[in-house]
Amino acid sequence: MNFDFTDDQQAIKRTARDLLTQRFKPETVRELAEAGHYDDAHFSELVDLGWAGIFVDEEHGGQGLGTVELAILMEELGYSLAPVPFLSNVAAGLMVQHAGNDEQRSRWLPGIASGEARGTVGVVREGVAALVPDADSAELVVLLDNSAGTVHAASECEIEPVETIDATRRFARVSATGAGDPLENTLPAWDRICAAISAELVGVAQRMLEMTVAYARERKQFDRPIGAYQAVSHRCADMLREVESARSTTLWAAWAAEAEPETLPLAASMAKALASDAGWNVASSALQVHGGIGFTWEHDLHFLLKRAKVDGALFGSAREHRERVASLSGLGAGAPTAA
Amino acid sequence: MDLTLSPNEQAFRDELRGWLAGNHPGEEPAGDEAGFQFRVEWQKRLHEAGYAGLSWPEQYGGKGATLIEQAIFGEEMARAKAPSTANVIGLVMGGPVVIAHGSDEQKQRYLEPILSAEEIWCQGFSEPDAGSDLASLKMRAVKSDGGWSVTGQKVWTTFAHVAKWCMLVARTDQEAPKHKGLTYFLLDMEQDAVQVRPLHQITGEAEFNELFLEQAYIPDENVIGGVGDGWAVAITTLMHERAGLGAAAAASVRIALGQLLDLANERGVGDDPIVRQRIAALLIEVEALRLNAWRGLTQIMKTGVPGPEGSVVKLQWSAVNQGLTELAMEIRGEEAAIKESDWTYRFLRARANSIEGGTTEILKNIIAERVLGLPKLR
Repeated sequence: MNFDFTDDQQAIKRTARDLLTQRFKPETVRELAEAGHYDDAHFSELVDLGWAGIFVDEEHGGQGLGTVELAILMEELGYSLAPVPFLSNVAAGLMVQHAGNDEQRSRWLPGIASGEARGTVGVVREGVAALVPDADSAELVVLLDNSAGTVHAASECEIEPVETIDATRRFARVSATGAGDPLENTLPAWDRICAAISAELVGVAQRMLEMTVAYARERKQFDRPIGAYQAVSHRCADMLREVESARSTTLWAAWAAEAEPETLPLAASMAKALASDAGWNVASSALQVHGGIGFTWEHDLHFLLKRAKVDGALFGSAREHRERVASLSGLGAGAPTAA
Repeated sequence: MDLTLSPNEQAFRDELRGWLAGNHPGEEPAGDEAGFQFRVEWQKRLHEAGYAGLSWPEQYGGKGATLIEQAIFGEEMARAKAPSTANVIGLVMGGPVVIAHGSDEQKQRYLEPILSAEEIWCQGFSEPDAGSDLASLKMRAVKSDGGWSVTGQKVWTTFAHVAKWCMLVARTDQEAPKHKGLTYFLLDMEQDAVQVRPLHQITGEAEFNELFLEQAYIPDENVIGGVGDGWAVAITTLMHERAGLGAAAAASVRIALGQLLDLANERGVGDDPIVRQRIAALLIEVEALRLNAWRGLTQIMKTGVPGPEGSVVKLQWSAVNQGLTELAMEIRGEEAAIKESDWTYRFLRARANSIEGGTTEILKNIIAERVLGLPKLR
């Protein structure tokens, strides 16, 4: 039993933190968000570090590392609120790697790992995938309809950019024009995607917690720092509990992906439910503690808050994941026997 | 990162499971006296196998178990629904304090009877006017011939009616600042100057007692640590030996949650979307509690010190246990009013969870000040 990173994993985390906080200073994130685009040089640098294919098999141009390593990167990308088409490409890579056949893997994975032919994943509801990250610049789109997956060349889809509250990430509405190339069982990939986005949410929430604690120490009202008042400090303590719980659960899911696959479905849905809720609860507390300044466009908090809210809805909401937890745990007439 | 047990940890667990299979004493008999005797016998049996002083160093009759092994022990005991030991306060707090702060003579005198349950221990910390603000306690110890004369009142003293020794914190210096004037004593409960009165709680039982001291006598050799060092010694009592508790608490809450799930299915509300959401939320919170506890253990093993992060696990546990007993009451509807029901009892008992062992508010203060570094209000 060792619920901590190995030395190699610590090194990945340190490198990622150092690089990403350098590259994505708050003013850079603001500039990109306000312009509504990415800087291609940013993504290229991450590709050169091998991050885009960190989990992709070596034979397809990746590093062949696991979901824990991926989660470490995702948390740091969330922490720095990096505006890069990374999560979308990771999601497509996980789908092709874990639900694709040999031919699909050799066709798509090298481009995903090299960043030359990026992909994305969309969830189809009532015939259309309404919120697909980075679809407007992707080469392939994986569409999930009731967990049946199909791969589509982006050129064969109707892709219409949509403006969301999260300006640090681009989104589009996608509908397929053809049947697409079917994937096999998509659940193992879906669960890994849930772990990855949960890790991003943990990073976003961690950043908001740190900003809030720093502000509560500094901001004085009635002649003392507001963090000395329990109405404020207890809110901060609750934020810490939520962030740590989401982090523990997310790391468990990431670990289970390779080490204990039978636990992965439950762990992944627990992680995404908790991380979605933690992301939003921490965001709303962060704004409340910041007071009026937190409500201004000029303050950076809103970029994090909006990312947290949109991530919460992406790849299954907390409600949907709790529903899956209930079924997997044997609740109700139609449920399988308890795990 | 590896969340599986190492071969040694696995061997420890398997050996323990095997031992439990052959030695589990079964259901505890009804009645206070019979129940207590049953727990004494159970502890003797654990002691013979070396499990009583699991965390204690081997030289003091313990097993010298690692924190992970202690957590495994807690989980397995919860899973097997094994009874508690008769001398839990002596094992978890008394012994470790004597080991950490006691003299050689004190170790010689007190440790073995704790392990064998021949001498039961209780803890005299809280007072009617000193709950969360423990250091403001008023019980007064005055120097007398070869010892101390102690007068005052304690409250929430579990096991006082069967205890031989009480870990008592009293004020020995009225002039010193409140944290500095305290001394940690071992009080012999078998004297007329000590009176014990049961304290009935909202469940109707009396798990706790009030303790009245009127010039009780404590000889000098029963001071633990030094005169005036009581606060530091008391803090170690509270900080140490809680390692396995988080994992054990998570295991027993998980069992209760399984029963709640069965209850929901039996009552035909397992497909009710609101019930499903609420049970799922509890299942997730229990898993987070378990994982936070194990992650905390890994940290303690690396840094060597129990950190204030344990406070997160404690407040999380109390919220989950209260939440699940409340939901069970709701599902049972009118039937929840009936007194002789385990769920109803658990519902009432859980009300204390967010107060006992540090109120949720005090734990949040600890997290805010010592984990997040926010300024103190005081």
